[in-house]
Amino acid sequence: MIEWQAVSKSFGNVPAVKELSLTIAPGEFVVLIGASGSGKSTLLRMANRLVDPDQGRVLFKGQDTRALRAEDLRRRMGYAIQSIGLFAHWTVARNIATVPELLGWPAARIAARVDELLALFDLDPGLYRGRYPQQLSGGQQQRVGVARALAADPEVLLMDEPFGALDPVTRQALQGELARIHRASGKTIVLVTHDIDEALRLASRIVLLDRGCIVQAGPPAQLLLQPASDAVSDFIGRSDLGLKLLGLLSVADRLRAGESAPGEPILVSASLREAMSAFVVRQTDRLPVVDAQGRPVGAIGLNDLLRRRE
Amino acid sequence: MRKRLLPLTWLPKAWSSEPLPDPMTAMGQGLPGGRGWVRNRVLGLLVIGAIGAALSLSFVTVAPNRLVSGAAVALQSLMVAVPWDLWAAAAVLVIAVFVPATQLTQVAVALAAALLFAGLAGLAGSEAALRSAGLPALARVSLGGGFWLMLLMAWLAFADALQRLDLPLGWRSLAHAALLGPLVWLVGAGALDQLSLLKEYANRDESFHAAGLRHLQIVAAALAPSLLIGLPLGFAAARSDRVAEPLLALLNLVQTMPSIALFALLIGPLSALAAALPGWGLSGIGLLPAAVALTLYALLPIVHGLSSGLRQVPAAVLAAAAGMGMTPRQRLWRVEMPLALPVLLAALRVTTVQVIGLAVVAALIGAGGFGALVFQGLASSAIDLVLLGVLPVLALAAVADAGFALLIMAWAGPQR
Repeated sequence: MIEWQAVSKSFGNVPAVKELSLTIAPGEFVVLIGASGSGKSTLLRMANRLVDPDQGRVLFKGQDTRALRAEDLRRRMGYAIQSIGLFAHWTVARNIATVPELLGWPAARIAARVDELLALFDLDPGLYRGRYPQQLSGGQQQRVGVARALAADPEVLLMDEPFGALDPVTRQALQGELARIHRASGKTIVLVTHDIDEALRLASRIVLLDRGCIVQAGPPAQLLLQPASDAVSDFIGRSDLGLKLLGLLSVADRLRAGESAPGEPILVSASLREAMSAFVVRQTDRLPVVDAQGRPVGAIGLNDLLRRRE
Repeated sequence: MRKRLLPLTWLPKAWSSEPLPDPMTAMGQGLPGGRGWVRNRVLGLLVIGAIGAALSLSFVTVAPNRLVSGAAVALQSLMVAVPWDLWAAAAVLVIAVFVPATQLTQVAVALAAALLFAGLAGLAGSEAALRSAGLPALARVSLGGGFWLMLLMAWLAFADALQRLDLPLGWRSLAHAALLGPLVWLVGAGALDQLSLLKEYANRDESFHAAGLRHLQIVAAALAPSLLIGLPLGFAAARSDRVAEPLLALLNLVQTMPSIALFALLIGPLSALAAALPGWGLSGIGLLPAAVALTLYALLPIVHGLSSGLRQVPAAVLAAAAGMGMTPRQRLWRVEMPLALPVLLAALRVTTVQVIGLAVVAALIGAGGFGALVFQGLASSAIDLVLLGVLPVLALAAVADAGFALLIMAWAGPQR
């Protein structure tokens, strides 16, 4: 879907990206992660030509992006940023309608799409359509920001630390919504962050960058279990590596179907990390498991967290 | 590359659109309240001032003709009785000094002050009517110092009450303009006809109306070119510091020149130009130098207003607009200009009021306008004629100010 071919970019004398190559397949959720100055944002901004590389080229669906008009390219890619940048003089509806309007959609189609997106992000269209950005909370503003990025149903969604400025509770809720949208729509998403937990939670592939080069790229479990270097382990954090691994799996993965246990049940969709926490808090080594409707589906034991059952 | 310009330090505080204090703090601490018996020290001082003015200064003066200064008549020696509603309004203001500051108190103070404002004029009008009946035709009954001071105190009490009510800017300006309504009605009904000021008007209503028309012409002839020149310059100043810094320095320099000096300085070059281009109807005195000088003054607020308006658009908003796929032109017209507009309108508001005032001075170089009445009055020490020139300028400025305040409120209203 997007392919960076040996791209380099310097700002003044400071190199931001050095001869970097990366290919993103359709439907992937790729998280670009690294410390500040690692070149992750620059790499993202090359995709929609907000930055043009000094050397190398960027392909979108096999086509050199420099052959396309920058504005046309950008209208095919959703773009959401940390500071959101909603237009203060436009209503929520008009903000979301930005790209469809630029593309010249008919008004009725735009209105329907705006309502659909507001509903998707749990914002009552009747209530929020006519509001102005200043009348929304930070979390609502970023929901509108992401809705605006998705408005014209773009093939790719580019997100530059979209949840960085939000409080932890709102951030988790929005991460959950984004994961749901990715599963439901199968859109290609490229997200920049410096938050390793966000990366582990969302990514189908993590690309760890340092000083303009890729240090390691792979699925979350691979970064945790086979770090390419000490630098990778340092970045991920050694002390709670086990908990992070548990965070990648859900209770469903280790469920003893049909068995039962006494006490407060845990959701089958909860992560093993949450299950670990529940074992410690409840001072037990067995928990009953229920599904989303509250029906018992089995049990899970403390030992089940350690290894896959034969 | 993009940096904010210096704050508008030359803006008078009252014109700047700073956020208003929160009503609770405004009620509690922001404005001087008072301790013990006195709940509103500001109003208390105004009431004491008004009582002092009523007791010690003349309410009207009576003179045998328009040029000599007359004999003082204090409020307590008026021939007409002060009507009960004026007493009531005065009583409300006195009581309000000692009453806790609730919304209701402020509304009562504003209404009483407005009634007093118009009522004082009406009282002076009836006194003049009563006295003129027994005097020769040349005799004049003029408004005295005590009248003007009490009028000022009433207006300040009105303004203070509006401030404490924490009304939005636009409504406050509109209320100030509305204060003039009853006065206009009194004039229209002929209730003030026997006052010297109105006699002066009756003597020269034709030249008054011509002066008014001319005043508006001067203002338009200054504002139109300053917009035509100032907006492109402001845009350039927003885009480049290398343009902004020398340009604003130059315009600041113009601003420091006294208007009389600037008018005089322009006579020479414009006369030369008029001589060089005989067929063009140019002239070194009159409307042309006035328009040129006022345009020069108006350029600074317009250039500064547009460029600081454009510069305060957040970088994130521009990044988002670019990332959405807006072309530079779409970014300018759909995002940057609308977001800069409130700042530009605030600057235009100052500019218009400033030009309306400065146009008075333009009469010195033969441009006409209300200033002609002012300088004619000054030359013949006819104070009423001076007032006849000054009062409509004040009214014009108040109306323009209220108009812009409403415009700003209408634009920014739903977004707040």
